[in-house]
Amino acid sequence: MTSKLIVNKIGLPRFIISTLFVFVLILAVVLKVPMDMLLSDVIKRFGMYGILVLAMVPSIQSGTGPNFALPIGIVCGLLGATMSIEFGHVGFSAFIIAVLFSIPIAVITGYFYGKLLNAVKGSEMAIATYTGFSVVQLMSIGWIMLPFKSGQMIWPIGKGLRTTFTLEKTFGHVLDNFLHFNILGVTIPTGLLLFFLGACYFVYLFTKSKTGTAILAGGMNPNYARASGVNIDKGRMIANILSTVLGAVGIIVYSSSYGFVQLYTAPLMMAFPAVAAVLIGGATAKRAKISHVIIGVLLFQGLLTSAMPVTNKIFPVGNISEIIRTVVQNGIILYALTKVEGGK
Amino acid sequence: MNNGYVLQMKDISKEYYGNKVLKGVNLNVKAGEIHCLVGENGAGKSTLMNILFGMDVIHSTGGYEGEILFNEKITEIKSPKKAMELGIGMVHQEFMLIPEFTITENIKLNREITKDNVISKILGDRLRTIDSKRMNDDARSALDRLDMNIDEWVRIVGLPVGHMQFVEIAREIDKTKVKLMVFDEPTAVLTESEADNLLKSMKKLASSGIAILFITHRLDEVISISDNVTILRDGELVKTLVTSESSVGEIAELMVGRKVDILNKEEKNKKQVKREVILELKDFSVHMPGEEVKNINLKIENGEIFGIGGLAGQGKVGIANGIMGLYPSNGELYLKGNKLKLNDTNNSLENGLAFVSEDRREVGLILDSSIELNIIFTALNIQNKFLKKYLFFTLQNSKKIKKHTDEMIKKLDIRCTSSKQNVGKLSGGNQQKVCIARALTQDPDILFVSEPTRGIDIGAKKLVLDLLVELNKELGMTIVMTSSELTELRKISDRIAIISEGKVAGILKPGDSDKKFGLMMSGTKIKELQEEVI
Repeated sequence: MTSKLIVNKIGLPRFIISTLFVFVLILAVVLKVPMDMLLSDVIKRFGMYGILVLAMVPSIQSGTGPNFALPIGIVCGLLGATMSIEFGHVGFSAFIIAVLFSIPIAVITGYFYGKLLNAVKGSEMAIATYTGFSVVQLMSIGWIMLPFKSGQMIWPIGKGLRTTFTLEKTFGHVLDNFLHFNILGVTIPTGLLLFFLGACYFVYLFTKSKTGTAILAGGMNPNYARASGVNIDKGRMIANILSTVLGAVGIIVYSSSYGFVQLYTAPLMMAFPAVAAVLIGGATAKRAKISHVIIGVLLFQGLLTSAMPVTNKIFPVGNISEIIRTVVQNGIILYALTKVEGGK
Repeated sequence: MNNGYVLQMKDISKEYYGNKVLKGVNLNVKAGEIHCLVGENGAGKSTLMNILFGMDVIHSTGGYEGEILFNEKITEIKSPKKAMELGIGMVHQEFMLIPEFTITENIKLNREITKDNVISKILGDRLRTIDSKRMNDDARSALDRLDMNIDEWVRIVGLPVGHMQFVEIAREIDKTKVKLMVFDEPTAVLTESEADNLLKSMKKLASSGIAILFITHRLDEVISISDNVTILRDGELVKTLVTSESSVGEIAELMVGRKVDILNKEEKNKKQVKREVILELKDFSVHMPGEEVKNINLKIENGEIFGIGGLAGQGKVGIANGIMGLYPSNGELYLKGNKLKLNDTNNSLENGLAFVSEDRREVGLILDSSIELNIIFTALNIQNKFLKKYLFFTLQNSKKIKKHTDEMIKKLDIRCTSSKQNVGKLSGGNQQKVCIARALTQDPDILFVSEPTRGIDIGAKKLVLDLLVELNKELGMTIVMTSSELTELRKISDRIAIISEGKVAGILKPGDSDKKFGLMMSGTKIKELQEEVI
C-alpha cells in the first residue's frame, strides 16, 4: 500500500526509469566499469542536453505540446555557429557571437513557425514533427549553397560545408573548461552547468512574468484565458519563439561541449530525445515545469551514458553496444511518448 | 382488467447522490392519447424519461423506486434496447442521423432488410445483401404516414431542419411494434409552419392508436393538441389535468407556482430611488450556438440586481457572454453613456465589467491549477495588479498574491487546505466561490453572474446568493444575474427580464404573479398576456 503511494507520488515513468538507472549503475560497479569516467560523462551530458530539453517547457506551457519542431531552432543555432566561425572569431567570443547571431534568426523563424501552429490548432504535434524534418532537409541544400569560405568548415575540394567539423580551434569546450575542477577523479564542468541552470532560471522568471502567466493560463484552459482577455494566439507565438531560441542556444552549447558541429541531417532526430527526457521528468503534453526538465534530462541521459559502457563489458564484440544503445534510447522515447497524455 | 393504459408509471422516485430529483411521480398514458409533460428545467422530466428508457445513468446511480407497467404488465426496463423491444420510440431534440446516408438508410439503420446471396449461404448471415427495394418501400410507407412527399433516396445532408425531424419520426414509426412515442421538445428547433405540420402528424399518429408522450415548453401547443397534461415541479407531480378543462394560465401557474419569499423585496422596493442607467443594450444580438440572442433592448440601472430568467436554450445565457465578447455579437452597447466596443473581451474587462461564467469547469476555472492563480489571474492580466519589478523583469508578486488569496478565502469562506490547492479538488460550491472571488478581485462596476447556483448543494446556494446581496448592498455593485431558477431570481433581484426565443418577453417585478412568469417563459407574447390578465 505505501509502496504504491510512493510510486503514485513519483509517477510511474519516473519510477521505472530511475529504478533502471540505479540497476545499471550497480551493474557498472559489479562489472568494474571505471566509475569516475562514467560519472563525469553523465554530468557532462546532463549539461550538454539540458537546454534542448528546456526548450520543451514554453511550448508545452502554451498549449502547443512538446516542441517536436526543435530541429528548426537547432538549424538556427547552427547557422549562428557557422557564421561566428566564418567571421573568424575564436574562444569565448566565438561562442557568444554564435549565440548573438542565432537569436535574431531564431526569433524570426520562430515567429513564422508560431503562425503556422496557430493555423493548425489541434494537430500541432504531427505538424511540428514534419515541419522540423522539412526544415532540416531544406537546410541540407543550404549548407552546400551558402557562400562560406572558412577553411575550418568547408570541404577541401568541392563546394559547401563539411558534415562534421571540429571546434578545437574556435569555441570547443569553452563552457566545460570554465572553472572546471576534479573531485575524486570526477570532472565537474562548472561553466556548462552554470549556463544550463542560468537558462533554467531565466525560463522560470519568464513563467512568473505577466506574459508567462498569461501563456500558462492559455495553455491550461484556453476558454478561461479568453474570458480573462488573453490573446491566446499571441501567447502561443511568443512561447514558440522562445522555444526556438532555446533550441538554437541549446545546440550551440551542445556543439561546444561535444567539440564538433554536425550539419546536414544530424538535427533530424534531435527533438525526440529531448521530448522523451521532459516526459520522463514528469511533464505531460499540457503541463511542464523546470523541475521536470532537470530530473528528466538527468535520468534519460544518465541512463543512456551509463548503459553504454555496461553493454560494452557484457558484449565486447564489435559495435553491438551501439545497436543496444539505439534500442534503449528509442525504447525510452517510445515509452515516454505513450505517456504524453499524463505521466501517471 | 383492461383499463386501456399503455404506460403506467407508479410512484416513481429517484435519487442522485442523496439529492431527490423525483418524488413519487405517477404518469398514465392511454393508447391513442396525446399526453403532455410540462415543467421548468430541472423539474424532473428528463430523469423520468431516462427511467422510461432504462438509460445507464439511472442504473449506474442506484436505480429507481416505484414500478412501471407497460401494457398492464409490470416491466423492468433495464436498457434502451429493452425499451425499444417493448415498442417505445423516442424522437430526440438533437437529431441522431447520419448526414451522408440517404433517408432510407437512416430510417433502416441497423435494422436493414437483407436477402440471401451466394457468399452469405457459404459464410453466414452477416454477409447477406441489402434489399434496397424493400427498404425503400418501407421507408416510403413510413414517410407517407407522415404526409411527407420528399423522396426516400435523398441524402440527409442539406435537408431543412424540419425534414430531419420528420425522418427521425419516420424511423421510429417504421419500427413495427411501436406503441408509445416520446417527443422531447421536438418543436423547439422548428419554424412555426414546420411545427404545425409536426403537430398534425402527431395527431394522425395518435389516431392510429399510438400513445404519444409530448414534452414541450410551449403551452399553446399543449392546449391545442393534447388530451391530458401532467405538470411536474421540483421533482414532484403537481397535477394531471384534462386539457379541455384547463387553460394556458392555469397550467403556467401550476408550473411555476411556489411560495416565494417576497417580503424583504417589498421593503426594498419602497426604498427604491430613481437610478441612472449604467448599461444600455440597443438592438443587441449574440450568436451563441443554442443560446441565440436576437435584437434585444435593455436598460440596466446603477446599483440594482438585475435578473435574467427564462428557459434553457432561449438565449438568456447568451446576453452576458455577448457583452463580455466571448461570443460574436452585434448591435450597440452603452456603458455610462459611452459606446462600448463589441467583441473585445479585453476592452469589456478594462471598462469594469466582470463575468462569472455559467460553465464553471470549462470557462470559469483552470481546474488543475492553484486557487491563487485562479483568483488573481484576470486582475493580473487586465489591471497589472500583483506585479512587482525586479531589475529588468516584472514578475508575480507572490507575497501579495498569497495575502490577497488568503483574504478572499476567509471572506468568502472557501473551504480548502491551502491557497495552493488545485481548484479541481474543491467542491462545486467552493469552486463557485473561487469564480466569484476572481471577479471581485477586479473591483468591477458591473458583475455578471451566470447560473451561480448550478450544481452546488443547498447550503452553498444560500451562501452564494447572500454574498451577491451583500456585495450589492454594501459596495453598491450592480449585479446582473442570469439563472434558470426563477425562485432565486425572485428572491434577490430588483427586476427580472424574461427571455424567450432570443427576445425580451417582458420585465417583471419579483412580486408579480406566478401566472405572469409562467406565461412569459413559455413564450406567450406580451399583448396576449395583457389580454389574459385583463
